[in-house]
Amino acid sequence: MKKKLLSLIFVMVMIASLLAACGKADDETAADDKNTADEGKVLNIWCWNDEFQSRVKDFYPGYEHNDSTGEGKIGDITVKWVITPNENNAYQNALDAALLDQKNKAADDNVDIFLIEADYALKYTDSDYTMDVKKVGLTDADMSEQYQYTKDIVTANGKIKGSTWQATPGLFVYRRSIANEVLGTDDPAEVQKKLADWNKFNAVAADMKASGYTMLAGYDDSYRTFSNNVSGPWVQGGKVVVDDNIMRWVDQTKEFTDKGYNKKTTLWAPEWAAEQGPEGTTFGFFYSTWGINFTLLDNSLADAKAAKEVGNGIYGDWAVCQGPESYYWGGTWICAATGTDNVSAIKDIMLKLTCDKAIMKKITEVTQDYTNHKAAMNELANSDFQSDFLGGQNHIALFAEAAPKIDMSNISPYDQGCNEEFQGAFKDYFDGNVSKEEALQNFYTNIKVKYPELTTN
Amino acid sequence: MAKKKSSCVRYTKWGYIFLIPFFLVYILFSLIPLVSTIYNSFFENYRAAGGLLQVGPNFVGIDNYIKLFKEYDILMYTTNTIVIWLLGFIPQIIISITLAAWFTDLRLKLKAKSFFKTVIYMPGLIMASAFAMLFFSIFSDAGPINDILLSLNILDEPFRFLSSIAGTRGLIALMNFLMWFGNTTIILMAGIMSIDISLFEAAEVDGARSFQIFRKITIPQLRPILVYVLITSLIGGLQMFDVPQVLTNGKGLPNNSSMTLIMFLNKHLYSYNYGMGGALSVVLFVLTFGLSLLVYFAFVKKKD
Repeated sequence: MKKKLLSLIFVMVMIASLLAACGKADDETAADDKNTADEGKVLNIWCWNDEFQSRVKDFYPGYEHNDSTGEGKIGDITVKWVITPNENNAYQNALDAALLDQKNKAADDNVDIFLIEADYALKYTDSDYTMDVKKVGLTDADMSEQYQYTKDIVTANGKIKGSTWQATPGLFVYRRSIANEVLGTDDPAEVQKKLADWNKFNAVAADMKASGYTMLAGYDDSYRTFSNNVSGPWVQGGKVVVDDNIMRWVDQTKEFTDKGYNKKTTLWAPEWAAEQGPEGTTFGFFYSTWGINFTLLDNSLADAKAAKEVGNGIYGDWAVCQGPESYYWGGTWICAATGTDNVSAIKDIMLKLTCDKAIMKKITEVTQDYTNHKAAMNELANSDFQSDFLGGQNHIALFAEAAPKIDMSNISPYDQGCNEEFQGAFKDYFDGNVSKEEALQNFYTNIKVKYPELTTN
Repeated sequence: MAKKKSSCVRYTKWGYIFLIPFFLVYILFSLIPLVSTIYNSFFENYRAAGGLLQVGPNFVGIDNYIKLFKEYDILMYTTNTIVIWLLGFIPQIIISITLAAWFTDLRLKLKAKSFFKTVIYMPGLIMASAFAMLFFSIFSDAGPINDILLSLNILDEPFRFLSSIAGTRGLIALMNFLMWFGNTTIILMAGIMSIDISLFEAAEVDGARSFQIFRKITIPQLRPILVYVLITSLIGGLQMFDVPQVLTNGKGLPNNSSMTLIMFLNKHLYSYNYGMGGALSVVLFVLTFGLSLLVYFAFVKKKD
């Protein structure tokens, strides 16, 4: 009898342990449902890194951050940060799931603010998950000093669906020492004359090769200058269209690779970053605002832990010029999620961080980031503002010239996938593993897996 | 008398009761997913526009299968998978069987056997993704391997392993080989040790050389274990994922030549494409089943 009892207990334990997992999950969801506190007391912000958080921390008046909980307070509203790193599309996956579930959740658990990047902005702004900023409370007058292209990107059916504190015009950043040696001058105006169009750019590349340097570091370096100047969007009427200008990037990069004008690296690879450091022998890089003051600056140091000043690595050996074509790269927009219960808080954040001249000027002065306020930026452009990292150059002046030229009418919701897959597929072509046609075919195959609704040639 | 009979019946009952957990787990986690996978494969069901727009589910018959073969070139991914598996498996079985024969050979009297057994088993304990990450760094264009080859003057310029088809496939095969040959050696050793020792002794008395003993006694007696190793390795090989996924960052470059079937399946996760994912899984299931049967009959039937 004892044995039977014992075995019965064993069986029960086994079955119980099997079902334990499910049972626990049920309990948790039940607990969540009960959690319906007062309306509008929690502001949930979804983003992929702490850049926006640090902007809010440092520049939004009245925000108090609690380092132990990682949460903040604006008045009596608790600010909760939901930060999902962007690796392998994880941020968008998490955000999509949250947005699709928005209706079923308690108001305080809803997404209130989420951030988006230019490459996939339309995915969200074309949908009903983002609110018209006019409904949030911003007026045309509030946004009048924002660069037009930053509004164009997030405009869907005439409605502006987001607002950004930064503009991200791109420039060509080059090494002063190499320019002096090969071109005989490091003056940005003179260097710009020698790089004013692609033919001149190619000629300088040949000179660099002859002197033992490479013009660019890798395959993808000049990609954005071509992909931003296309004649039509990636997807037209449900069909993927490869623009002629993008094929020009392919031809140029193949030529550069075969002639040894680049070092065959890929974007963000350690070898690519090393080319921006003291050991690098690459003349220059196409970079936009954030890339110069954050990525390039950090890569150029010999000792990452020492002070960021002249004498540490090649700090101060850089300068910027417009380069052959105007383009932009990156940028982060603030969107108000449909169904939010914190409209007035969102309105104030958008106003203060993306429309307020004094605050935005201060952001630029402190962080050297280029902010989205024409008047403030023009003031800095005409001042004696200078960057030690760029050898005392006032790069804001060049950004201020480049930013109004950006034309972003040709973006599509599929840009991120198309850009990534295209660069990936053509890496094989540059490496000499496949022909141009095969690379194109691989791109078409891969893009259809990513976006099953699209057709290709 | 009657009491005895009933207790006997009760014991049988307990046997079944103890089997319940297994069947529950099997039905919940294997049978239901299997049936629903097959069911899903006949539907168009995905999220468009990068994940926000649900399309379907619409019944489309075998459209997914047709698309899989016509548009997506599943045969290429199958070839990739099998080529990479063979590249790793052939050296693996040769080395493993040699090591197993040496370790079990009484006349060799190898020293520190258990030390070596531990050492060869070690690589299998490393997480595959960590292992792939390690290889990614040391075989990168400016990594230590290229540094060594350059400083020894073997190469004039760095060999770009991950940009060459042979290099990438070779590295994946090498990693799979390193991770699994220890495990295979242990299994084969167990198999060899279960062979009746008098057979070996009789052969020695008859004056057979050690290679003859290996060929005429060890191998034939080992056949069931070999079939087991081959089939498990085949199934594992067809499901190869973590090593190439991490090594090539999910891209399967160059020219999709290191894109395995499961990596391709994983790519459909981006669009939550249940239909295509289901169809691909069914194809993989049929393929695994067919190849396993083929191996089984090819090796087991000969014995009779």
